[in-house]
Amino acid sequence: MNMKIEEKNEILIIFVKEERLDAHNSNDLKAKMQELFEGGRKNLLVDLTDVRFIDSSGLGALVSGFKNAISHQGSLKLASLQPQVKSMFELTRLHRVFEIFGSTAEALDNF
Amino acid sequence: MDRNSIEVDIKVPNQTRYLSLIGRIGEDLAKEIDRFDGDRETLAYHLNLVLTEAMVNAIKHANANDPDKMVHVYITISDEDILIIKVYDAGQGFDINAIPPPDFNALEDRGRGIFIIKSLMDTVKYERINGGNVLEMTKSLRC
Repeated sequence: MNMKIEEKNEILIIFVKEERLDAHNSNDLKAKMQELFEGGRKNLLVDLTDVRFIDSSGLGALVSGFKNAISHQGSLKLASLQPQVKSMFELTRLHRVFEIFGSTAEALDNF
Repeated sequence: MDRNSIEVDIKVPNQTRYLSLIGRIGEDLAKEIDRFDGDRETLAYHLNLVLTEAMVNAIKHANANDPDKMVHVYITISDEDILIIKVYDAGQGFDINAIPPPDFNALEDRGRGIFIIKSLMDTVKYERINGGNVLEMTKSLRC
């Protein structure tokens, strides 16, 4: 999976550079988040600007990251969801679980 | 079959790299259907999603990740404007009615695929056929 990672104020931002986050590539994101939390990082922000499509596996990868954050006393937040992607969080009630922000800048202000 | 009817019949290897191909066919189909007055962008996303979920189901749960098997996808629209999607697998199958709805208060990594399909389609059934299985989903295109 193509992703770009930047650091701002000790927060790591993972920009998912894929149009689809699905069963084909979501394990890569899941593994990366796990690696970062296990490596001692506390705060992750996943930016989904480029993601036009998410399936249950993509949602599952983010849930896995969220649980990893909790078990490492860290946090995982999301930013820049396209409307159809956001509707999948609503359908599966995951919008109640994640903190979702309109932009990366807004999310960074809320860590 | 009249000259405006659509029928898609495709077989792809049992591998997740073909998910986007099958999903994209569903999206393109939603944009080409004649008799539909609803929101085409939403229908396109939903068809992409149910095809993706059904194919992942066939790959991972029914065909047991065997890359040499094939997944067969058939899509058509009936005279009554019912969209019918059938996804065939050659695996052992499973009992779709034994899969519980997701517990929204428990944070599980898995278990949302069949729920998503059931939420977006009008009817869903999974049954044995000719030594394999078929996941059949329908959706009325009339608003």
